[in-house]
Amino acid sequence: MTEPTDNNANDVPPLPSSFSLISTLGVVAMLSGLLVVLVYEYTKPIIAENQRLATERAIFKVLPNASSRLTFLVKEGKIKLSNDKAKGELIYAGYDKDNNLVGLALNAAEQGYQDIIKILYAFNPETSCITGYDVLKSTETPGFGTKITSDEKFLANFNCLEAKVNQEQTGLQNVIKTVRHGSKQNPWEIDAISGSTITSNAMGRMFNKSGQKLHPVVTQNLSLLKTAKHTQGESHE
Amino acid sequence: MSKSIKKETPLTMDVFTAGIWKENPVFVMMLGLCPVLAVTNSVENSLAMGAASIFVLVCSNALVSALRNFIPKQVRITTYIIIIATFVTLVDYIIQAISLDLYNKLGAFIQLIVVNCLILGRAEAYASKNSFGKSVISALGMGLGFTLALVMLGGVRELLGAGQLLGYQVFSLDFEPWIVMILPPGGFIVLGSWLLLINYIEQRKTGKLVADDMASHCNISHTN
Repeated sequence: MTEPTDNNANDVPPLPSSFSLISTLGVVAMLSGLLVVLVYEYTKPIIAENQRLATERAIFKVLPNASSRLTFLVKEGKIKLSNDKAKGELIYAGYDKDNNLVGLALNAAEQGYQDIIKILYAFNPETSCITGYDVLKSTETPGFGTKITSDEKFLANFNCLEAKVNQEQTGLQNVIKTVRHGSKQNPWEIDAISGSTITSNAMGRMFNKSGQKLHPVVTQNLSLLKTAKHTQGESHE
Repeated sequence: MSKSIKKETPLTMDVFTAGIWKENPVFVMMLGLCPVLAVTNSVENSLAMGAASIFVLVCSNALVSALRNFIPKQVRITTYIIIIATFVTLVDYIIQAISLDLYNKLGAFIQLIVVNCLILGRAEAYASKNSFGKSVISALGMGLGFTLALVMLGGVRELLGAGQLLGYQVFSLDFEPWIVMILPPGGFIVLGSWLLLINYIEQRKTGKLVADDMASHCNISHTN
């Protein structure tokens, strides 16, 4: 091996001290943190308002006869009046002008073909029917999975999809499931979209999962849901 | 600390226009192809991804260039990643504040701008070696070139895949959409077609130039 000449030794830049490296990273990280916090604080109320408006839009879309709504928090099989900011499982009750309960808007989610599909659906506890839904989040394949919002035959499943609670009030009387296109025989079955089996199955699973969990709670607390708006009106007066 | 030794070339119009066509990040450099293929199923998505990328590219290049003399070579990539991730986080919040629908449509691809090699590549290859002004102008050109490519892909895919452009019906309702165009294979087909067309035009141009050159050579030798 040849000895490095003085010239070569001069060409090698001196290694910066550890302090220099750490302080550079520290300063850049602090600057980064500051920028993120500033923008987060600025956009936080705007994002929250956007989310509130999106939920509001979805509730009144699935419950078209409602003119007002209340938010309830589901906790350990009980429900209590709450607000949209509460953490946990929220359900929304829609009321007409005379403060009569017209239906409930419930959340459901399940893994679809691409990602998790999130929906808000309408449940009428009087008729035990699921009467429609609005897709809150979906990245399903255009032309196939996206048909859950446009396919008229599929949407016809939800004129009244039976979601009756069993006598013990522990779950649904019949498991909601998606069946092969054209083979629906029972009111609790969902006729799949031809060519979108995975998305259709995901819809069936999410209705069943949400129904098994929330419908018994709703049924057990139906009187509270029905009178909440009246009670609230009286307390305001 | 890294210091620029070479004398910098002046800021010309070429710095800006190179990224738009001559050195287009998608059609020439083939950079950032993941979002190019993934989000270009409509013009709206393409424009939104393009705008987000321009924001991150310009801001990160500006900051990298401004700090280039203070960032030790040994930690430069880490520093660039922190800077890029910061601006991606900002753009993530901003899009959520502008439109939740758009945010849901773009999905994870907003966050994935962090690993878009176009942005890190420009920070390392250009912004860390050039002045603030040149870096910003070059980033703007590159960002616009990237957006142009996204829109060129998105336009064809939305038109053939849905018969629409920016949500407006272009073809009659009898038109049977080519669903494959909106699906992932459509991204590859349209990108390949654009590359074929652009390379064909470029080769014809170059071929013509070579032919002209040879012809002028022959003329000179004949005269001699």
